[in-house]
Amino acid sequence: MTNITPVRAPNSAGTPAGSKPARVKKIVILGATSGIVLEVQRQLARRGCELLLVARSPQRLAAVQADLRIRGASRVLTYSADLSSIAQHNGVLECACREFPDFDTVLLAYGSMHNQKDSETSVEVLLEELQVDFLSAAAILTLFAAELERRRMGCIAAITSVAGDRGRRFNYVYGSAKGGLSLFLQGLRSRLHPAGVRVITIKPGPVQTPMTDGLPNAAQFADPQRVARDIVGSLERRSPDVLYTPRIWRYIMAAVKLFPETIFKRLPL
Amino acid sequence: MNSSSQSSSRAPERQPQSSTTWLKGSHAPQTAERVLSWGRYPKTEHRQVYKPAWNDQVPEILKAAAPASLLPFGLGRSYGDSCLNAGRDLIDCHRLNRMLGFDESAGVVRCEGGVSLSDILRVFLPKGWFLPVTPGTSFVTVGGAIANDVHGKNHHCAGTFGAHVHQIALYRSDNGLVFCSSRENAEMLRATIGGLGLTGVIAWADIQLKRVDGPWIDSESIPFHGLKTFLDLSHESNDRFEYTVAWLDCFAGRSVRGIFFRGNHAANYRKNFHPKGGPKLPFELPSWILNRFSVRAFNAAYYAIHVAKKRGAIVPYDPFFYPLDSIRQWNLLYGRQGFLQYQCVIPESNLDAFEELLDRIARSGMGSFFVVLKQFGSAPPAGMLSFPRPGLTITLDFAMRGERTLGLLRSLDEVVQKSGGALYPAKDARMGPALFETSFPNWRDFLRYKDPKMSSSFWRRVTGLP
Repeated sequence: MTNITPVRAPNSAGTPAGSKPARVKKIVILGATSGIVLEVQRQLARRGCELLLVARSPQRLAAVQADLRIRGASRVLTYSADLSSIAQHNGVLECACREFPDFDTVLLAYGSMHNQKDSETSVEVLLEELQVDFLSAAAILTLFAAELERRRMGCIAAITSVAGDRGRRFNYVYGSAKGGLSLFLQGLRSRLHPAGVRVITIKPGPVQTPMTDGLPNAAQFADPQRVARDIVGSLERRSPDVLYTPRIWRYIMAAVKLFPETIFKRLPL
Repeated sequence: MNSSSQSSSRAPERQPQSSTTWLKGSHAPQTAERVLSWGRYPKTEHRQVYKPAWNDQVPEILKAAAPASLLPFGLGRSYGDSCLNAGRDLIDCHRLNRMLGFDESAGVVRCEGGVSLSDILRVFLPKGWFLPVTPGTSFVTVGGAIANDVHGKNHHCAGTFGAHVHQIALYRSDNGLVFCSSRENAEMLRATIGGLGLTGVIAWADIQLKRVDGPWIDSESIPFHGLKTFLDLSHESNDRFEYTVAWLDCFAGRSVRGIFFRGNHAANYRKNFHPKGGPKLPFELPSWILNRFSVRAFNAAYYAIHVAKKRGAIVPYDPFFYPLDSIRQWNLLYGRQGFLQYQCVIPESNLDAFEELLDRIARSGMGSFFVVLKQFGSAPPAGMLSFPRPGLTITLDFAMRGERTLGLLRSLDEVVQKSGGALYPAKDARMGPALFETSFPNWRDFLRYKDPKMSSSFWRRVTGLP
């Protein structure tokens, strides 16, 4: 199962002149082949970061690995695992500690969005969605949190969603999983604060990725490059704890959360 | 960005896209979004737009498709309908944009079909590599550059883009993944170069890059009067300058005037280089903005500015190669109805035909906003259906004004056909089968290599085949 491919970039000349020296150096990416994070990885590569990519498909990992090396990443390791299966999580952490021992950041990026209608009629689909988006995410973050807490350093970031800020009839299953993860991160942040470990909750609005293809108005969704820029920025800066991207979603969701429930439940949202 | 995507807001709310359910039954992507080419004419509707994010998804799409139903689509910079497939399906390849390898000693990059030329420049120019051939915009994909066998200002010495493609891997609906190079399936390679996407989906291609000293171009701009002077300048410059092209003011009456641009990569010029982004045209302008007076004024001003400017200068590569890339969505300038581009090549021995062409345009009163003139070199074509061939090529833009515009272009077709010239499919939205036959007399040889599941609006129009 383990599949380690250490690769060293030929030189560091790939970093274009003028790009800022990276403060984030060594990043473990959980779900390295998911839509938004593909862009994040490219921007990190351009800054010369070192990456450990974890995802299911070895072929896709190999393609991403080659791409990121060419784009300037100073080292790219890959490990193939199905992160929705909690049984495989120990292997991921072991691999990270063994092959990438001085990693300082963990970015959780995977998720799935099923058809809401399917998860209303099938408990199986419902549980799968909760398993991928919440249970497995909370499980693997618990492992990495313990490791970073022990080291008293580092950063944990996870991509949740604005859909988790309020339940809506059209996607409350996805929303509740992502909302649960947001709450989990909030508590984790508080727990890890004394240890000096930072926890970032990333809440993107709708983004043009394979996950959102075919949704109404998909053409108006945010550009992944822009969202990735915000995410990379939040990894490099000290703030904020909760990142809404594009930023307008902070204000939209603030307003959405203020609606009285008696009215909100009647809205076809 | 367009109204049709809003009209679909009553469609079922969620289309799932997790990787396991991808492409199964009702989960197939049913994007109602409208896809237009760069000229925004014709206004087509497609049935489905597949947006694979990984090469391994392409075979599934090909397998599930009906005969003559698919067409790969890149960044939509073709002007007419060669990148469209009205009423049928598109495979939008822009997410297949990974670079898979780089041979540093040889300067060969292997990239997926959806990698854009601007991406290649961003990664490789800082390392001292440049594109072997580049068209007038960097926002095209490698797949599109191959499928249209694009040319650039260095055609007289470097040939077309296809001449610098060592190897490709092609997903075919009938044969799986096929590797094509000069040693293996060479004819399939020749068919794919300039093959308008009809031979399959390019999984990856090996492109030969070119060593350069830096991002700077040592350029000259020389005002000229008359076609004869242009030709003299061109002949004289072709040996000494890697890049030559001319801009033409087609409002100056009978006496053609223009600016001749030529340049080389600047050697040993070390200055910090900061690429800068430009503005974006946010919406379609009202179509009356481009009228014969404003266009005439623009052309006169453009000429005057270049006459006043210093003749030689060292300039960054991007304004030299991609003057229009600095204004994103400049095509919206032409308003709702869009525009047609007309690019033909006419044998040099037939200068009369060229003058006749300019004369007909002048008489129509429908001047072109931007006219570009270039002398092609004599390199043998890299592809079966390559457009560039020895002669003079001219590129014109015409705002779409219905029958008036189409009538003018038909009358230009007559001149091109009589002169033994050809029309460029990547720019075309309306040529008839007869002119296609004159332009590409060997297109029937191409049939053998065409993928049975591929088709395009252009292909059906010019061949009458499904």
